[in-house]
Amino acid sequence: MARARFDVRSQPGFGTIALFTFVVLYLPIITLVAYAFNASESLTAWGGFSLHWFGEAARNTAVQDAAWRSLVIALSAASVAAVAATMAAIATTRTAAYRGLGFKYAFINLPLMVPEIVTAVALLIVFARVKVWTGYSGLGYLILAHTAFCIPFAYLPIRARLEGMDEALERAAADLYAPPWQVFRRVTLPLLRPGIIAGFMLAFVISLDDVVISEFVKSGGQDTLPTYMLGQLRRTVTPEVNAIAAAFLALSVVLVTIFFFINRKKT
Amino acid sequence: MASAADVARQEEGRKIRSRWLLSAPALVIVFIAAIGPLLVMLAYSFMAKADYGDVKFGQFSLDGWFSVILQRDIFDDTLTLADAHLSIVWRSIRLSVITTFATLALGFPTAYFIATRPRHTREVWVFLVTIPFWTNLLIRTFAMQQVIRNEGILNSLLIWLGVIKEPLQIMYTDWAILFGMVYVYLPLMVLPLYASLEKLDFRLIEAGYDLYAGRLAVLRRIILPLVKPGIVAGSILVFIPSLGAYVIPRVLGGGKNLMLGNLIELQFGAGRNWPLGAALSITLMALVMVAMLFYVRNAARSGGGHG
Amino acid sequence: MNWKLTAVASAMAIFGSVGGASAAGSLNIYNWGDYTSPEMIKKFEQKYDVKVTVTDYDSNDTALAKVRAGGHGFDIVVPSANYVPIWVKEGLLLEARPDQMSNFKNVDERWVNVPWDPGRHYSVPWQWGLTGIGVNKKVYGGDINTSAIFLDPPKELVGKINVAPEMNDVLFATIKYVGGDWCTADKEVLKKVRDKLVEAKPKWLAMDYSVTEKLPAGDYAGVYYWNGAIMRSRLKNPDIAFGYPKEGFPFFMDSVTILKDAKNVENAKLFMNFIMEPENAALISSFAKYANGIKGSAEFLPPEMKTAPELTVPAQFEKAGEFLTACPPDVAQLYTRIWTDVNK
Repeated sequence: MARARFDVRSQPGFGTIALFTFVVLYLPIITLVAYAFNASESLTAWGGFSLHWFGEAARNTAVQDAAWRSLVIALSAASVAAVAATMAAIATTRTAAYRGLGFKYAFINLPLMVPEIVTAVALLIVFARVKVWTGYSGLGYLILAHTAFCIPFAYLPIRARLEGMDEALERAAADLYAPPWQVFRRVTLPLLRPGIIAGFMLAFVISLDDVVISEFVKSGGQDTLPTYMLGQLRRTVTPEVNAIAAAFLALSVVLVTIFFFINRKKT
Repeated sequence: MASAADVARQEEGRKIRSRWLLSAPALVIVFIAAIGPLLVMLAYSFMAKADYGDVKFGQFSLDGWFSVILQRDIFDDTLTLADAHLSIVWRSIRLSVITTFATLALGFPTAYFIATRPRHTREVWVFLVTIPFWTNLLIRTFAMQQVIRNEGILNSLLIWLGVIKEPLQIMYTDWAILFGMVYVYLPLMVLPLYASLEKLDFRLIEAGYDLYAGRLAVLRRIILPLVKPGIVAGSILVFIPSLGAYVIPRVLGGGKNLMLGNLIELQFGAGRNWPLGAALSITLMALVMVAMLFYVRNAARSGGGHG
Repeated sequence: MNWKLTAVASAMAIFGSVGGASAAGSLNIYNWGDYTSPEMIKKFEQKYDVKVTVTDYDSNDTALAKVRAGGHGFDIVVPSANYVPIWVKEGLLLEARPDQMSNFKNVDERWVNVPWDPGRHYSVPWQWGLTGIGVNKKVYGGDINTSAIFLDPPKELVGKINVAPEMNDVLFATIKYVGGDWCTADKEVLKKVRDKLVEAKPKWLAMDYSVTEKLPAGDYAGVYYWNGAIMRSRLKNPDIAFGYPKEGFPFFMDSVTILKDAKNVENAKLFMNFIMEPENAALISSFAKYANGIKGSAEFLPPEMKTAPELTVPAQFEKAGEFLTACPPDVAQLYTRIWTDVNK
């Protein structure tokens, strides 16, 4: 019985489960996008095909501003968080235990454990004072708050990647008199890349999702898409939000495509 | 000999200093926007509640802490355990544990699948996992609702397949919350798993097979221990946020049964009892921290880690 | 509309940066989400050359907490009736004396001497409504002017009921249903209230906000919810009927107030006066679908709202309605405890 090449990588059933996972991930999203083209006001009853809600969304500057603001905050917060988390991960892995190591680990992960509403209420009180003192009431507060709760989400995957990563390559580079920065940039960083990408993406989506903290920290005119939707929740949610979501998805698909081609050229 | 040890010690000291420096940005940001607020809340939990939310500043009171676990019965004035709080905590823990296992069961094979794709497509797969999450949580929860409602896709499919005759009432049950949480938290499991699976050295697996290990044995004895850091990270990222979940129980669970996140929210909102809210949150955190410490210790002891 | 144009326009609007036109003054409004008519705002902006920023909140308590903390930069806030006295007591509101403004004559007499702001020294009516019963007549044909619809549901409705997830509204109806008064601390009454709710809750399907979606679609057959939403549901599905619980139901009214630390007091006052103009009040109502309390605004309303049975309380039920007032703190705490008990 000629079993074709035995693949050491394959595990039985894993491909099927992965496929199932992707179906689970995309099924709701497909419905969501489909209803963006609904002619009726409903999120559940199909009233025929129409671009009505895209037009509606294009006219609604409040929702566009909110969507745009969400994106700006998420990009800024995720970038800062990814950089800070990478540095922290390097500082807390592949080392003999030193005093303060466990402390750092707990400290960095703490934002995960604080219920959102607590951070929200406390930040409200603290930031309100700062706003009065400094007179500054820009997006900085939201970005700072988001960065803080994004850090553990970026830190954990990066750390998981670093843990047990072979130090031999870095040591070899150092032996060849590469300065530490070069070692980091040419050896460590490329090895870390999948972890950083995973961490950044997580931080990014977590920031896009946040409702409670944003609701309490935002100043006048700083509604994000989630806080805008929270306000709609009590009243009527129309497919307009689906249209916005569809636009976001289109944007992400474009980015992924670009990314794919850049990546392919490199390898 | 002695001088060599000295040099080594100095070198070690320098390393530790640079490590503190490296972690400084993360520590500072977390301190300002998470630890600081937490300390404020800790202080609040020991103050008397003001009439309309907020606290009476500087007025010491243990009422908040007292009512976390004990309550004076409002009808016969006897002192009893706060069974409402306890049953809410219990429901939250139960659902979060199940969610963690379910995301692991789905997420591990998925991450493995991604990690075994050709190198240049891996990151595209990672993006594919996260794309659904570019839409915010509320919209995603609504989307999930489309799938599991009585006339939704899931029920229609099952009826079409002949598995069931009548649509299953999934919406507004704990099942709905569970489906919602698994769906929403799945990438939080897949990504850290991927980050740690991706560096898996398949020569080790080959060696395993060479030694006549079966597939299951390879999975259990070689792969799992090697990706333990990823499993730990993923479980933490799923378990903790799902304990405090707020939107999902409200929309999919129909808001009929509170979870911890909703209970705490209630105290800061219409309940107007900030000290109790603060004390409840700190209790929650203490629970989580103990669980995490235990978990991390255990995981570290039972192998994996740094070779 | 040409779809290409729409697509290009939306792409530009979403991805391009949004430059604001400069205006002489500005006004910062903090209001419930999805509640402020953009058309009305535009009209105000053009008339007075003022740039208006609207920011949302989703609960009275959030709004109160934020404004109390300071540094918010808002000029106008729109609290519910039962919260106005708290805002006044906490010293957050400016005594703007809208009763001396030129358009005050348009305010319906009924809404002038209101318990939460006698004589209207602080606030101007925005919109008002009530929490009542909505039933799909095809499912249940009996009497619907009663809270029994959700507290002792007829068997046709069991498992198809949705109740507004609002502690105060639900407790109000239940207290009235068992024969008590709002803000009562009478243990006998409250015990009945809790037992009634514990008994009724398993017969409900949900406590959710998505009524305008699910009541017309048939997921719900009976709801205890806000009248404006039930009207919207009826417009989608004519089988929906509205009932006024005869045992007692809560009114709500949100009122426009100016904050004490407002930076644009003059513009805020202009705004107050502006919305007491019948035509402008009608814009508010046609957007958010609730009544507004300004005389003469009806003629500017869309036809389906002028005659809506949900928006005009019949004389026989007028007495059963009552404004939700803020209960004393110790009573409020009792109510939270009961609520937690019911929802555990």
